[in-house]
Amino acid sequence: MIPTDFEYYLPATISEAVHLYRTLKNHGKKPLYYSGGTEIITFLRLHLIETGAVININAIPECRQNNLIGDSLTLGSSLTLTEIEEANVFPLLSAASAGVADHTSRNKITLGGNICGMIFYREAVLPFLLCDSYCMIAGGDGVRKAPINSLFNKSLQLTEGELLVQIITQKRYLDLPFICIKRRQQWETGYPLVTVAALRNGNEIRVAISGLCPFPFRSAKMEADLNNTKLSLEERIELAFRHLPAPILHDVEGSAEYRLFVLKNTLLEIIPKLEAGAIA
Amino acid sequence: MHDFPLSKRRIILNINSEDVDIYIRAADLLLDTIRESLGLTGSKPGCLNGDCGACTIILDEKPMKSCLMLTLEAEGKKIMTIEGLKNTPIQKAFIEHFAFQCGYCTPGFIMNCHSLIKNQPNADPHTIKEWLQSNICRCTGYQEIETAVLSVLRKDYNK
Repeated sequence: MIPTDFEYYLPATISEAVHLYRTLKNHGKKPLYYSGGTEIITFLRLHLIETGAVININAIPECRQNNLIGDSLTLGSSLTLTEIEEANVFPLLSAASAGVADHTSRNKITLGGNICGMIFYREAVLPFLLCDSYCMIAGGDGVRKAPINSLFNKSLQLTEGELLVQIITQKRYLDLPFICIKRRQQWETGYPLVTVAALRNGNEIRVAISGLCPFPFRSAKMEADLNNTKLSLEERIELAFRHLPAPILHDVEGSAEYRLFVLKNTLLEIIPKLEAGAIA
Repeated sequence: MHDFPLSKRRIILNINSEDVDIYIRAADLLLDTIRESLGLTGSKPGCLNGDCGACTIILDEKPMKSCLMLTLEAEGKKIMTIEGLKNTPIQKAFIEHFAFQCGYCTPGFIMNCHSLIKNQPNADPHTIKEWLQSNICRCTGYQEIETAVLSVLRKDYNK
Protein backbone atom coordinates (compact mmCIF):
# COMPACT_ATOMS: atom_id res chain seq x y z
CA MET A 1 0.00 0.00 0.00
CA ILE A 2 1.14 3.51 -0.77
CA PRO A 3 0.13 5.40 2.38
CA THR A 4 0.27 8.94 1.02
CA ASP A 5 -2.14 10.39 -1.51
CA PHE A 6 -1.26 12.06 -4.78
CA GLU A 7 -3.04 13.46 -7.79
CA TYR A 8 -2.83 11.57 -11.06
CA TYR A 9 -2.68 13.07 -14.55
CA LEU A 10 -2.68 11.42 -17.94
CA PRO A 11 -1.77 14.09 -20.51
CA ALA A 12 -2.22 13.34 -24.22
CA THR A 13 0.50 15.65 -25.53
CA ILE A 14 4.06 16.59 -24.69
CA SER A 15 3.14 20.23 -24.16
CA GLU A 16 0.34 19.29 -21.75
CA ALA A 17 2.75 17.16 -19.75
CA VAL A 18 5.41 19.84 -19.53
CA HIS A 19 2.84 22.53 -18.71
CA LEU A 20 1.32 20.32 -16.02
CA TYR A 21 4.70 19.75 -14.46
CA ARG A 22 5.38 23.47 -14.23
CA THR A 23 1.91 24.24 -12.82
CA LEU A 24 2.02 21.44 -10.27
CA LYS A 25 5.51 22.41 -9.19
CA ASN A 26 4.38 25.99 -8.67
CA HIS A 27 1.62 24.62 -6.43
CA GLY A 28 4.20 22.79 -4.34
CA LYS A 29 3.11 19.32 -5.49
CA LYS A 30 6.62 17.95 -6.23
CA PRO A 31 5.34 16.27 -9.41
CA LEU A 32 6.94 13.19 -10.96
CA TYR A 33 6.77 11.96 -14.55
CA TYR A 34 5.51 8.38 -14.48
CA SER A 35 5.86 5.70 -17.11
CA GLY A 36 6.35 2.09 -15.97
CA GLY A 37 6.30 3.32 -12.41
CA THR A 38 7.91 0.26 -10.81
CA GLU A 39 10.62 2.26 -9.06
CA ILE A 40 8.29 5.14 -8.15
CA ILE A 41 5.75 2.76 -6.58
CA THR A 42 8.45 0.95 -4.62
CA PHE A 43 10.02 4.17 -3.36
CA LEU A 44 6.64 5.68 -2.42
CA ARG A 45 5.71 2.52 -0.53
CA LEU A 46 8.98 2.67 1.40
CA HIS A 47 8.71 6.44 2.04
CA LEU A 48 11.94 7.01 0.14
CA ILE A 49 10.37 9.69 -2.05
CA GLU A 50 7.29 11.84 -1.80
CA THR A 51 5.09 13.43 -4.42
CA GLY A 52 1.80 15.27 -4.55
CA ALA A 53 1.15 14.42 -8.21
CA VAL A 54 2.23 11.93 -10.84
CA ILE A 55 2.08 12.67 -14.55
CA ASN A 56 1.65 9.44 -16.51
CA ILE A 57 3.25 9.93 -19.95
CA ASN A 58 1.99 6.67 -21.48
CA ALA A 59 -0.78 8.34 -23.50
CA ILE A 60 1.62 10.66 -25.34
CA PRO A 61 2.01 9.22 -28.87
CA GLU A 62 5.62 10.36 -29.27
CA CYS A 63 6.58 8.44 -26.14
CA ARG A 64 5.15 5.24 -27.64
CA GLN A 65 6.90 5.41 -31.03
CA ASN A 66 8.86 2.43 -32.29
CA ASN A 67 9.81 3.36 -35.85
CA LEU A 68 12.64 2.42 -38.14
CA ILE A 69 12.28 5.00 -40.86
CA GLY A 70 14.99 6.07 -43.27
CA ASP A 71 18.34 5.84 -41.60
CA SER A 72 17.25 6.07 -37.98
CA LEU A 73 15.43 4.11 -35.31
CA THR A 74 13.20 6.10 -32.98
CA LEU A 75 12.24 4.51 -29.68
CA GLY A 76 9.75 6.20 -27.37
CA SER A 77 10.54 6.39 -23.68
CA SER A 78 7.27 4.67 -22.71
CA LEU A 79 7.93 1.48 -24.67
CA THR A 80 8.23 -1.45 -22.32
CA LEU A 81 11.38 -3.51 -22.41
CA THR A 82 9.45 -6.58 -23.60
CA GLU A 83 7.92 -4.55 -26.45
CA ILE A 84 11.45 -3.66 -27.51
CA GLU A 85 12.68 -7.25 -27.13
CA GLU A 86 9.75 -8.65 -29.10
CA ALA A 87 10.22 -6.20 -31.97
CA ASN A 88 13.97 -6.95 -31.84
CA VAL A 89 14.90 -4.22 -34.30
CA PHE A 90 17.96 -3.37 -32.21
CA PRO A 91 19.47 -6.72 -31.19
CA LEU A 92 22.08 -5.23 -28.82
CA LEU A 93 19.33 -3.37 -26.97
CA SER A 94 17.22 -6.54 -26.84
CA ALA A 95 20.18 -8.40 -25.33
CA ALA A 96 20.91 -5.68 -22.76
CA SER A 97 17.23 -5.27 -21.84
CA ALA A 98 16.74 -9.00 -21.41
CA GLY A 99 19.04 -8.80 -18.39
CA VAL A 100 16.85 -6.29 -16.57
CA ALA A 101 14.74 -7.72 -13.71
CA ASP A 102 12.57 -10.56 -15.07
CA HIS A 103 10.20 -11.13 -17.99
CA THR A 104 6.98 -10.17 -16.19
CA SER A 105 8.55 -7.05 -14.69
CA ARG A 106 9.81 -6.07 -18.13
CA ASN A 107 6.17 -5.98 -19.28
CA LYS A 108 5.95 -2.90 -17.03
CA ILE A 109 9.46 -1.43 -16.94
CA THR A 110 9.91 1.13 -19.70
CA LEU A 111 12.91 2.28 -21.64
CA GLY A 112 12.77 5.78 -20.19
CA GLY A 113 12.02 4.51 -16.70
CA ASN A 114 15.07 2.26 -16.71
CA ILE A 115 17.40 4.93 -18.04
CA CYS A 116 16.08 7.69 -15.75
CA GLY A 117 15.75 5.47 -12.69
CA MET A 118 17.82 5.54 -9.53
CA ILE A 119 18.80 1.88 -9.56
CA PHE A 120 22.54 1.42 -10.14
CA TYR A 121 22.35 -0.91 -13.11
CA ARG A 122 20.16 0.74 -15.79
CA GLU A 123 21.45 -1.65 -18.47
CA ALA A 124 19.13 -0.25 -21.14
CA VAL A 125 21.34 2.82 -21.52
CA LEU A 126 24.46 0.83 -22.50
CA PRO A 127 23.55 0.24 -26.18
CA PHE A 128 22.70 3.90 -26.69
CA LEU A 129 26.02 5.01 -25.21
CA LEU A 130 27.79 2.63 -27.59
CA CYS A 131 25.84 3.82 -30.62
CA ASP A 132 26.20 7.58 -30.05
CA SER A 133 22.41 7.89 -29.95
CA TYR A 134 20.47 11.12 -29.51
CA CYS A 135 17.85 11.96 -26.91
CA MET A 136 14.77 14.02 -27.63
CA ILE A 137 14.10 16.02 -24.50
CA ALA A 138 10.93 18.04 -23.89
CA GLY A 139 10.98 21.10 -21.66
CA GLY A 140 9.52 24.54 -21.28
CA ASP A 141 11.21 25.74 -24.47
CA GLY A 142 9.94 22.87 -26.63
CA VAL A 143 11.77 19.73 -27.69
CA ARG A 144 15.56 19.63 -27.99
CA LYS A 145 17.89 16.99 -29.40
CA ALA A 146 21.04 16.13 -27.47
CA PRO A 147 23.72 13.44 -27.86
CA ILE A 148 23.35 10.85 -25.12
CA ASN A 149 27.08 10.74 -24.56
CA SER A 150 27.08 14.37 -23.45
CA LEU A 151 23.73 14.12 -21.65
CA PHE A 152 24.40 10.95 -19.65
CA ASN A 153 26.93 11.51 -16.89
CA LYS A 154 26.16 8.98 -14.14
CA SER A 155 22.52 9.84 -14.80
CA LEU A 156 20.62 11.59 -17.54
CA GLN A 157 21.32 15.27 -16.91
CA LEU A 158 17.86 16.76 -17.31
CA THR A 159 16.86 20.08 -15.84
CA GLU A 160 13.82 20.09 -13.57
CA GLY A 161 10.62 19.56 -15.51
CA GLU A 162 12.34 18.11 -18.58
CA LEU A 163 11.07 14.83 -19.97
CA LEU A 164 12.87 12.16 -22.01
CA VAL A 165 10.57 11.60 -25.00
CA GLN A 166 12.57 9.44 -27.43
CA ILE A 167 15.99 8.05 -28.23
CA ILE A 168 17.15 8.07 -31.83
CA THR A 169 19.83 5.71 -33.13
CA GLN A 170 21.36 5.63 -36.58
CA LYS A 171 20.40 2.52 -38.50
CA ARG A 172 24.01 1.72 -39.40
CA TYR A 173 24.71 0.80 -35.76
CA LEU A 174 21.87 -1.68 -35.43
CA ASP A 175 23.55 -4.60 -37.14
CA LEU A 176 27.13 -4.13 -35.98
CA PRO A 177 28.83 -7.06 -34.25
CA PHE A 178 28.22 -6.96 -30.50
CA ILE A 179 28.49 -8.96 -27.32
CA CYS A 180 26.54 -8.32 -24.12
CA ILE A 181 27.39 -10.32 -21.01
CA LYS A 182 25.77 -10.04 -17.59
CA ARG A 183 27.76 -11.76 -14.84
CA ARG A 184 26.04 -12.56 -11.57
CA GLN A 185 27.48 -13.92 -8.36
CA GLN A 186 25.34 -17.02 -8.74
CA TRP A 187 22.14 -18.22 -10.39
CA GLU A 188 20.67 -16.79 -13.54
CA THR A 189 18.42 -14.11 -12.10
CA GLY A 190 19.11 -11.16 -9.86
CA TYR A 191 21.40 -8.21 -9.82
CA PRO A 192 24.69 -8.36 -11.70
CA LEU A 193 28.27 -8.13 -10.56
CA VAL A 194 28.96 -6.49 -13.88
CA THR A 195 27.25 -6.18 -17.23
CA VAL A 196 29.49 -5.46 -20.21
CA ALA A 197 28.07 -4.44 -23.58
CA ALA A 198 30.59 -4.14 -26.40
CA LEU A 199 30.30 -3.23 -30.05
CA ARG A 200 32.69 -3.38 -32.96
CA ASN A 201 32.49 -0.36 -35.25
CA GLY A 202 35.00 -0.92 -38.07
CA ASN A 203 38.25 -1.69 -36.30
CA GLU A 204 37.21 0.08 -33.13
CA ILE A 205 35.82 -1.76 -30.13
CA ARG A 206 33.48 0.19 -27.88
CA VAL A 207 32.69 -0.88 -24.34
CA ALA A 208 30.01 0.25 -21.88
CA ILE A 209 29.76 -1.12 -18.36
CA SER A 210 27.05 -1.39 -15.72
CA GLY A 211 27.15 -2.83 -12.21
CA LEU A 212 30.78 -1.96 -11.53
CA CYS A 213 30.02 1.54 -10.22
CA PRO A 214 26.77 3.01 -8.91
CA PHE A 215 26.08 4.16 -12.47
CA PRO A 216 26.54 2.85 -16.02
CA PHE A 217 29.32 4.39 -18.06
CA ARG A 218 31.30 4.41 -21.28
CA SER A 219 34.85 5.78 -21.13
CA ALA A 220 36.69 7.14 -24.17
CA LYS A 221 40.01 6.86 -22.32
CA MET A 222 39.40 3.20 -21.49
CA GLU A 223 38.44 2.47 -25.09
CA ALA A 224 41.63 4.13 -26.37
CA ASP A 225 43.69 1.72 -24.27
CA LEU A 226 41.56 -1.31 -25.09
CA ASN A 227 42.01 -0.59 -28.81
CA ASN A 228 45.80 -0.24 -28.62
CA THR A 229 46.57 -3.47 -30.45
CA LYS A 230 50.33 -2.95 -30.20
CA LEU A 231 50.07 -4.26 -26.65
CA SER A 232 48.97 -7.61 -25.31
CA LEU A 233 45.34 -7.88 -24.29
CA GLU A 234 46.27 -8.16 -20.61
CA GLU A 235 48.34 -4.96 -20.86
CA ARG A 236 45.54 -3.15 -22.65
CA ILE A 237 43.06 -4.06 -19.93
CA GLU A 238 45.52 -3.10 -17.19
CA LEU A 239 46.04 0.32 -18.78
CA ALA A 240 42.31 0.78 -19.33
CA PHE A 241 41.63 0.06 -15.65
CA ARG A 242 43.59 3.24 -14.74
CA HIS A 243 40.67 5.20 -16.14
CA LEU A 244 37.88 3.42 -14.28
CA PRO A 245 35.52 5.85 -12.58
CA ALA A 246 34.96 5.67 -8.83
CA PRO A 247 33.64 4.32 -6.61
CA ILE A 248 33.70 0.62 -7.44
CA LEU A 249 30.71 -1.03 -5.81
CA HIS A 250 31.53 -3.08 -2.73
CA ASP A 251 28.37 -4.71 -1.41
CA VAL A 252 26.52 -7.95 -0.79
CA GLU A 253 26.55 -8.79 -4.52
CA GLY A 254 30.36 -8.75 -4.55
CA SER A 255 33.42 -6.97 -3.23
CA ALA A 256 35.11 -4.25 -5.28
CA GLU A 257 38.11 -6.51 -5.79
CA TYR A 258 35.94 -9.36 -7.04
CA ARG A 259 33.99 -7.10 -9.38
CA LEU A 260 37.26 -5.93 -10.96
CA PHE A 261 38.40 -9.54 -11.29
CA VAL A 262 35.13 -10.44 -13.01
CA LEU A 263 35.31 -7.39 -15.28
CA LYS A 264 38.87 -8.23 -16.34
CA ASN A 265 37.90 -11.81 -17.19
CA THR A 266 34.80 -10.66 -19.05
CA LEU A 267 36.88 -8.27 -21.17
CA LEU A 268 39.41 -11.06 -21.79
CA GLU A 269 36.52 -13.10 -23.17
CA ILE A 270 34.76 -10.39 -25.15
CA ILE A 271 37.55 -8.52 -26.90
CA PRO A 272 39.14 -11.44 -28.80
CA LYS A 273 35.70 -12.55 -29.97
CA LEU A 274 34.85 -9.08 -31.25
CA GLU A 275 38.28 -8.69 -32.84
CA ALA A 276 37.54 -11.93 -34.66
CA GLY A 277 34.26 -10.38 -35.78
CA ALA A 278 31.79 -12.23 -33.58
CA ILE A 279 28.12 -11.31 -33.58
CA ALA A 280 26.11 -12.23 -30.52
CA MET B 1 -6.35 14.85 -20.47
CA HIS B 2 -7.71 12.78 -17.61
CA ASP B 3 -6.97 13.93 -14.13
CA PHE B 4 -7.61 12.37 -10.80
CA PRO B 5 -7.90 14.50 -7.69
CA LEU B 6 -6.88 13.60 -4.18
CA SER B 7 -10.34 12.47 -3.13
CA LYS B 8 -11.63 8.99 -3.95
CA ARG B 9 -13.17 8.57 -7.36
CA ARG B 10 -15.40 5.99 -8.96
CA ILE B 11 -13.97 3.93 -11.82
CA ILE B 12 -15.04 0.82 -13.68
CA LEU B 13 -12.68 -2.12 -13.82
CA ASN B 14 -13.17 -5.11 -16.07
CA ILE B 15 -12.09 -8.07 -14.00
CA ASN B 16 -12.60 -11.70 -14.94
CA SER B 17 -14.92 -10.56 -17.75
CA GLU B 18 -17.15 -8.55 -15.41
CA ASP B 19 -17.39 -4.77 -15.08
CA VAL B 20 -17.25 -3.64 -11.48
CA ASP B 21 -17.77 -0.15 -10.04
CA ILE B 22 -15.35 0.79 -7.33
CA TYR B 23 -14.12 3.85 -5.51
CA ILE B 24 -10.35 4.19 -5.37
CA ARG B 25 -7.56 6.57 -4.47
CA ALA B 26 -5.06 7.44 -7.18
CA ALA B 27 -2.40 5.88 -4.95
CA ASP B 28 -4.18 2.52 -4.65
CA LEU B 29 -2.23 -0.45 -5.92
CA LEU B 30 -3.99 -2.98 -8.12
CA LEU B 31 -3.08 -5.85 -5.77
CA ASP B 32 -4.74 -4.09 -2.83
CA THR B 33 -7.83 -3.22 -4.87
CA ILE B 34 -8.22 -6.78 -6.10
CA ARG B 35 -7.84 -8.30 -2.66
CA GLU B 36 -9.40 -5.73 -0.36
CA SER B 37 -11.99 -3.88 -2.42
CA LEU B 38 -13.07 -6.78 -4.61
CA GLY B 39 -12.44 -9.66 -2.18
CA LEU B 40 -10.51 -11.69 -4.73
CA THR B 41 -7.79 -13.05 -2.49
CA GLY B 42 -6.22 -15.51 -4.92
CA SER B 43 -3.55 -13.00 -5.92
CA LYS B 44 -1.04 -13.08 -3.08
CA PRO B 45 1.04 -10.38 -1.47
CA GLY B 46 4.64 -11.55 -1.20
CA CYS B 47 7.63 -9.29 -1.50
CA LEU B 48 5.49 -6.30 -2.65
CA ASN B 49 8.59 -5.35 -4.57
CA GLY B 50 8.13 -7.08 -7.94
CA ASP B 51 10.58 -9.86 -7.16
CA CYS B 52 8.48 -12.89 -6.16
CA GLY B 53 5.58 -12.92 -8.65
CA ALA B 54 3.00 -14.17 -6.11
CA CYS B 55 0.71 -11.26 -7.10
CA THR B 56 0.84 -11.96 -10.85
CA ILE B 57 -2.35 -11.29 -12.77
CA ILE B 58 -2.99 -11.11 -16.52
CA LEU B 59 -3.66 -7.68 -17.98
CA ASP B 60 -4.72 -7.59 -21.62
CA GLU B 61 -3.15 -11.04 -22.07
CA LYS B 62 0.20 -10.15 -20.54
CA PRO B 63 1.36 -11.21 -17.08
CA MET B 64 1.82 -8.30 -14.71
CA LYS B 65 2.87 -7.95 -11.10
CA SER B 66 -0.13 -6.30 -9.50
CA CYS B 67 1.94 -5.00 -6.57
CA LEU B 68 3.77 -2.70 -8.98
CA MET B 69 0.76 -1.24 -10.73
CA LEU B 70 -1.60 1.55 -9.81
CA THR B 71 -5.24 0.48 -10.01
CA LEU B 72 -5.86 3.42 -12.33
CA GLU B 73 -3.47 1.95 -14.88
CA ALA B 74 -5.80 -1.01 -15.30
CA GLU B 75 -8.84 1.13 -16.17
CA GLY B 76 -10.09 0.25 -19.66
CA LYS B 77 -8.11 -2.99 -19.75
CA LYS B 78 -9.06 -6.60 -19.16
CA ILE B 79 -7.84 -7.94 -15.83
CA MET B 80 -7.78 -11.65 -15.15
CA THR B 81 -7.00 -13.12 -11.76
CA ILE B 82 -6.71 -16.75 -10.71
CA GLU B 83 -10.44 -16.68 -9.86
CA GLY B 84 -11.13 -16.10 -13.57
CA LEU B 85 -9.49 -19.33 -14.68
CA LYS B 86 -11.76 -22.37 -14.72
CA ASN B 87 -10.45 -25.85 -15.48
CA THR B 88 -7.74 -24.64 -17.79
CA PRO B 89 -5.10 -27.09 -19.01
CA ILE B 90 -2.41 -25.52 -16.82
CA GLN B 91 -4.56 -25.90 -13.69
CA LYS B 92 -5.10 -29.57 -14.50
CA ALA B 93 -1.40 -29.99 -15.19
CA PHE B 94 -0.40 -28.44 -11.86
CA ILE B 95 -2.56 -31.03 -10.07
CA GLU B 96 -1.44 -33.93 -12.25
CA HIS B 97 2.26 -33.13 -11.84
CA PHE B 98 2.18 -32.06 -8.16
CA ALA B 99 3.46 -28.65 -9.19
CA PHE B 100 2.87 -27.05 -5.80
CA GLN B 101 3.69 -27.70 -2.19
CA CYS B 102 2.60 -24.99 0.25
CA GLY B 103 0.63 -23.36 -2.57
CA TYR B 104 1.31 -19.71 -1.77
CA CYS B 105 3.12 -19.00 -5.03
CA THR B 106 0.76 -21.18 -7.09
CA PRO B 107 -1.79 -18.55 -8.28
CA GLY B 108 1.00 -16.29 -9.51
CA PHE B 109 2.79 -19.15 -11.22
CA ILE B 110 -0.42 -20.37 -12.85
CA MET B 111 -1.24 -16.90 -14.21
CA ASN B 112 2.26 -16.55 -15.64
CA CYS B 113 2.23 -20.08 -17.10
CA HIS B 114 -1.26 -19.61 -18.55
CA SER B 115 -0.13 -16.43 -20.26
CA LEU B 116 3.02 -18.14 -21.54
CA ILE B 117 0.97 -20.95 -23.06
CA LYS B 118 -1.46 -18.51 -24.70
CA ASN B 119 1.21 -16.12 -26.00
CA GLN B 120 3.94 -18.62 -26.84
CA PRO B 121 2.28 -21.94 -27.76
CA ASN B 122 5.52 -23.10 -29.39
CA ALA B 123 7.80 -21.84 -26.64
CA ASP B 124 11.32 -23.23 -26.72
CA PRO B 125 13.17 -24.19 -23.51
CA HIS B 126 14.92 -20.81 -23.39
CA THR B 127 11.59 -18.95 -23.54
CA ILE B 128 10.01 -21.18 -20.90
CA LYS B 129 12.96 -20.63 -18.58
CA GLU B 130 12.92 -16.88 -19.18
CA TRP B 131 9.22 -16.58 -18.35
CA LEU B 132 9.38 -18.85 -15.30
CA GLN B 133 12.23 -16.82 -13.81
CA SER B 134 9.62 -14.16 -13.01
CA ASN B 135 8.22 -16.18 -10.11
CA ILE B 136 9.77 -17.60 -6.97
CA CYS B 137 8.73 -20.82 -5.22
CA ARG B 138 10.26 -21.03 -1.74
CA CYS B 139 9.35 -24.73 -1.59
CA THR B 140 11.55 -25.05 -4.71
CA GLY B 141 9.02 -26.95 -6.80
CA TYR B 142 10.50 -25.61 -10.02
CA GLN B 143 11.05 -28.95 -11.74
CA GLU B 144 7.42 -30.00 -11.29
CA ILE B 145 6.18 -26.59 -12.46
CA GLU B 146 8.30 -26.78 -15.59
CA THR B 147 7.05 -30.33 -16.21
CA ALA B 148 3.45 -29.07 -15.90
CA VAL B 149 4.08 -26.28 -18.43
CA LEU B 150 5.77 -28.66 -20.85
CA SER B 151 2.90 -31.11 -20.60
CA VAL B 152 0.43 -28.40 -21.64
CA LEU B 153 2.65 -27.20 -24.46
CA ARG B 154 2.78 -30.83 -25.67
CA LYS B 155 -1.03 -30.62 -25.59
CA ASP B 156 -1.41 -33.57 -23.20
CA TYR B 157 -4.63 -31.98 -21.92
CA ASN B 158 -6.27 -31.26 -25.25
CA LYS B 159 -6.32 -34.84 -26.49
